Amino acid sequence: MKIHEYQAKAILSRHQVPVPRGEVALTPAEAAEIARRLGGTVVVKAQIHAGGRGKGGGVKLARSAEDAERVARDMIGMTLVTHQTGPAGRIVSRVLVEEGLEIRRELYLGLVIDRSTRRPVMMVSSEGGVEIEKVAAETPEKIFKEYVHPGTGFVPFQGRRLSFALGLQGAEVNKGTRLMTAVYEACIATDASLVEINPLVVTVAGDLLALDAKMTFDDNALYRHAETRELRDLGEEDPLEIEASKYSLNYIRLDGTIGCMVNGAGLAMATMDIIKLAGGEPANFLDVGGGASAEQIRNAFKILMSDRHVSAVLINIFGGILRCDVLAQGVIAAVRELGVPVPIVIRMEGTNVEEGKRLLKESGLNFATADSMDEAAKIVVSLANSGSRAARC
Amino acid sequence: MAILINSSTRLLVQGLTGREGTFHAKQAAAYGTEVVGGVTPGKGGTDHEGWPIFDTVEDAVRETGANASVIFVPPAFASDAIMEAAAAMIPLVVCITEGIPTLDMLRVLTFLEHLPTRLVGPNCPGLISAGRSKAGIIPGHICREGRVGIVSKSGTLTYEAIHQLTRLGLGQTTCIGIGGDPLIGTTFVDALRLFADDPETEVVVMIGEIGGAAEEEAATFIKREFRKPVVGFIAGQTAPPGRRMGHAGAIISGGQGTAREKMTALREAGVHIVESPAEMGATAKAVLRA
Repeated sequence: MKIHEYQAKAILSRHQVPVPRGEVALTPAEAAEIARRLGGTVVVKAQIHAGGRGKGGGVKLARSAEDAERVARDMIGMTLVTHQTGPAGRIVSRVLVEEGLEIRRELYLGLVIDRSTRRPVMMVSSEGGVEIEKVAAETPEKIFKEYVHPGTGFVPFQGRRLSFALGLQGAEVNKGTRLMTAVYEACIATDASLVEINPLVVTVAGDLLALDAKMTFDDNALYRHAETRELRDLGEEDPLEIEASKYSLNYIRLDGTIGCMVNGAGLAMATMDIIKLAGGEPANFLDVGGGASAEQIRNAFKILMSDRHVSAVLINIFGGILRCDVLAQGVIAAVRELGVPVPIVIRMEGTNVEEGKRLLKESGLNFATADSMDEAAKIVVSLANSGSRAARC
Repeated sequence: MAILINSSTRLLVQGLTGREGTFHAKQAAAYGTEVVGGVTPGKGGTDHEGWPIFDTVEDAVRETGANASVIFVPPAFASDAIMEAAAAMIPLVVCITEGIPTLDMLRVLTFLEHLPTRLVGPNCPGLISAGRSKAGIIPGHICREGRVGIVSKSGTLTYEAIHQLTRLGLGQTTCIGIGGDPLIGTTFVDALRLFADDPETEVVVMIGEIGGAAEEEAATFIKREFRKPVVGFIAGQTAPPGRRMGHAGAIISGGQGTAREKMTALREAGVHIVESPAEMGATAKAVLRA
């Protein structure tokens, strides 16, 4: 789960990571009020779940409260397009108003769980304010890492090593170590899967602060963090994906025209791949789960049919535990009830497949069936190309 | 021979009294697996479907001589169950549970570092040695004994591969689902090492997916020392970056973990990479004949 910058800063601040003074505003008037309280020059930052906001016009300086109000009025409601939002962009509904700082250096700090070494890894770089992937590709020698043993946690000497590597001096070294320790503790306490502070700044006065902050959380651990669940912003998510999540369906909307319904995440990805190889474009990723019921199949159809771009549907089910006859009954019932207006290609294999095929055939409904993934993909692509959904309705 | 499990496996089921545990214990027994009992804390001393239930894994091992355990307990309790099995010195622990928090697995893997236990999973379908034994949820009836080993991050895509092979008249030695989570016990490299030492396995089908670098690590290993032919498929060639595709670990982040990179690395290591998932079986057949 992703959260906004201001929310990440609030969490980090609670764990003793220094952040600039600031508050979130939903209206221009609130922005002006916050700017007045902070005094002096402030920074107004659009709050969306994507990076690259500065280049898109989502981060602006304001020299007075009136100025902050003017900037916020332009920003709230605007569609912000960055390299991470895609061309459609995101609508800004809130801004963070923060004190301006006199910055001497911009550094990078990131904490993730490294899959290969099975350790949390604290990464820092002297190249702050740019994407770490770019630094890793072009100047990997500027990135320093410390792997953390879960039993000991982040140890001060590791903080000093990274601080010295960053060229911190005097009192900054201990400030750096304390900040890194606090970031590690915040990550562990909240089941974060990523904490990124970019840039981590050193001010002219010699203070270290998180000027920007990003945190993502392990969805599997949300059950034990009620306060994190509260931070979910549904405005940042696709409405169909929100609807699908209510039915415990794993659904991700894509740009194509062929809707797919599959059991199992790996097979669902493979089905998307084979549609593409056959010359089509998948409209979605949809995993109905290993033991999908008739009810789940119905819910899945509802979601698929809500996407107006879908012009044909491919159902690919490998019945292991799930029996093909049960699946067939579910599909027949759902199609009868919902009146699915596009062609449906069904490929099923596994337990009770013959009985399942017989049920489909005798239903009198217009299903196309296929024996292999290959064949199914070819049929569904030709059906999708041969007529638009509007013509069929 | 096969690997990890065979006819001398004595399987314990942690969470046997639950719905999933009961169903799959029966399936395993029907397949010929020696299922010796179950563990459900608080139900020790009772019987369930004819199997003895124990309060602790330690009791179960002492009484039954279990040498493998399969875990069907809810995600909040699964990491505890894995560590209990490892503390009881069970050599093979297979965790089917999906949805275990990553930090829980971090602690589990640290705990396992100095113990002899091999963990398969979590969030996996488990493993089956065709015609002999199974620990997990892979349907037995689609398998037949043969010469192909399978290692995969996915569940139903593994069934698909098994089915393609069986339909072409090729059987399997052992099929292992290693799971799609960011932190897992047995990796591709671990499984390949085991297949390397199994004289019955003549070719390996390896099924990866987007996310992480386990496939690239396998490519390095294969290039350096794996001498049997490998057929590879990577799921998620059309997956968008930054989105988690069902499995917790299946995500392209910061441009890393794409299918393209993995396919290139494996191809350079001499793996027979198929673009289409429909060609896994036929390619394995062609490789075996060559």
